[in-house]
Amino acid sequence: MRPIVKRHPQDQGDDSPVIQVFAFYLFATIVVASAAMVILARNPVHSVLWLILAFFNAAGLMVLLSAEFVAMLLVIVYVGAVAVLFLFVVMMLDIDFAQLRAGFVSYFPLGGAIALVLLVELVLSVGAWQAGTLNLGQRQAEVSDATPNIEAIGQLLYTRYIFLFEAAGLILLVAMIGAIVLTHRTRGGTRPQNIDKQNRRRPEEAVRNVNQPVGQGVEL
Amino acid sequence: MTSAIQSVLGTGFGWFVANLIYILLIALPLMLAVAMIIYADRKIWAAMALRRGPNVVGPLGLLQSFADGLKVFLQETIIPSAANKGLFLLAPIITFTVALMAWAVIPFDAGLVLADINVGLLYILAISSLGVYGVVISGWASNSKYPFYSAMRASAQMISYEVSIGFVLISVVLWAGSFNLSTIVETQKGYYGFLNGNGFNPLLFPMAVVFLISAMAETARAPFDLTEAESELVAGYQTEYSSMAFALFWLGEYANVILMCALNAILFWGGYLPPVDWAPLYYVPGIIWLFAKILFFFFVFSWVKATVPRYRYDQLMRLGWKIFLPLSLFFVFLVSGFLMLTRYGAAG
Repeated sequence: MRPIVKRHPQDQGDDSPVIQVFAFYLFATIVVASAAMVILARNPVHSVLWLILAFFNAAGLMVLLSAEFVAMLLVIVYVGAVAVLFLFVVMMLDIDFAQLRAGFVSYFPLGGAIALVLLVELVLSVGAWQAGTLNLGQRQAEVSDATPNIEAIGQLLYTRYIFLFEAAGLILLVAMIGAIVLTHRTRGGTRPQNIDKQNRRRPEEAVRNVNQPVGQGVEL
Repeated sequence: MTSAIQSVLGTGFGWFVANLIYILLIALPLMLAVAMIIYADRKIWAAMALRRGPNVVGPLGLLQSFADGLKVFLQETIIPSAANKGLFLLAPIITFTVALMAWAVIPFDAGLVLADINVGLLYILAISSLGVYGVVISGWASNSKYPFYSAMRASAQMISYEVSIGFVLISVVLWAGSFNLSTIVETQKGYYGFLNGNGFNPLLFPMAVVFLISAMAETARAPFDLTEAESELVAGYQTEYSSMAFALFWLGEYANVILMCALNAILFWGGYLPPVDWAPLYYVPGIIWLFAKILFFFFVFSWVKATVPRYRYDQLMRLGWKIFLPLSLFFVFLVSGFLMLTRYGAAG
């Protein structure tokens, strides 16, 4: 199978397919291997770290497809924020993971069945795309080499798909507010800090010079 | 130079070798610069505390950093028995590598950049968001409480300030109309006909200030160095580290600081352009202007470190989320609204 490698317009003449093919197989191998390690690693923290490696190499594959904007977003959003929060939570969990993994054999038939269904669906969808006379759509967006893909995405996202885009934003906003409402509660007995009040405090209000005679206590 | 090497070694391999040479041409001077900047940091800090600072090794103590480097190089790497060995050793490597990676897209002069990519600024944002992993992994792998606290703090702190940095970058990108760092520098030419730099733009100057402060928080420099607050956390995530593993953290930290200074210079103060748009100043090579600006911002970083006391953690979070985030978001609106009315026409 020949990997789909599209040349970046800026790199014309600079690089050769050999390096791109090499890079493709390197990234692809690491993605598959680290994705396997995500579910094989015994320690959940290691699993998250393998997941991060998989994300990062998937970003590398996106760069090879000259979808550099998607690649950078993948790293910024998934590696830089989502995975950090995963790691944050997993590191603080205090669960006996050996116990959680104990039921491997009993869960295997169910898990195997789900995996099989997913595999069949993947094969079917890719196969349906390849075969048949029905034109199901273009596999690759037609973008001229002169347009950077940020601009191409922006032009589509803010014109044709503007309502979907705004709706996605609204749903995220609602989800965020929902999460805050569900988890935020006012508990009695806490003593929150009022930083404005603390910052407004001047030495004159807080400190007093007293010339106290020896042998007498300080009046408070 | 690439084509010369390619003619000898063939297209593919020659390209590879040529880029390897370019990478070394950036990384090796950068390491030297880090060594000297550590010395400068100590000297500035000492001067502000009315001390002499390093003055024994070499003339004026100039070789102090190299002596320190040799010392840590010769020391034994101690791995705590409770530590997760592989990750414990991986963490400093991540910090160091990530600190070097971002330099690939920094334009040192017009056209003098390793990778002149369209998404340069996004690349920088992506790479700088990776920096937190070195800290988090080291804190977890050390299997010790203070490093772990430090890792928790670092992850929350860096994510928080990345948000406001992101909005600051967006307002700059809106103004420049490009994510490419060289284009961003070029569009800063000629404010009011004679000044070079987005910082002279009243709409972007507040963003320059927010970026400078957020950069200090992002690199965990004083007054935001809560990840290594010695009064609370011993030495933070580095507590269990010794010898070269520690040195990698140290070098990576300073390489990041220089990177943030360079970004300050590139995004807001004209990068490799002279500060004033006056023909004779363009005879000075751009790289010298960039270095001068980096050094100036490094001085500001040191100055702040020497004078401002450390923030409390809740104050740090409040500054990031309740002040910088709304402020930078507001300026994104302001800048885009201004551009809509002037550059792109309000009718659309």
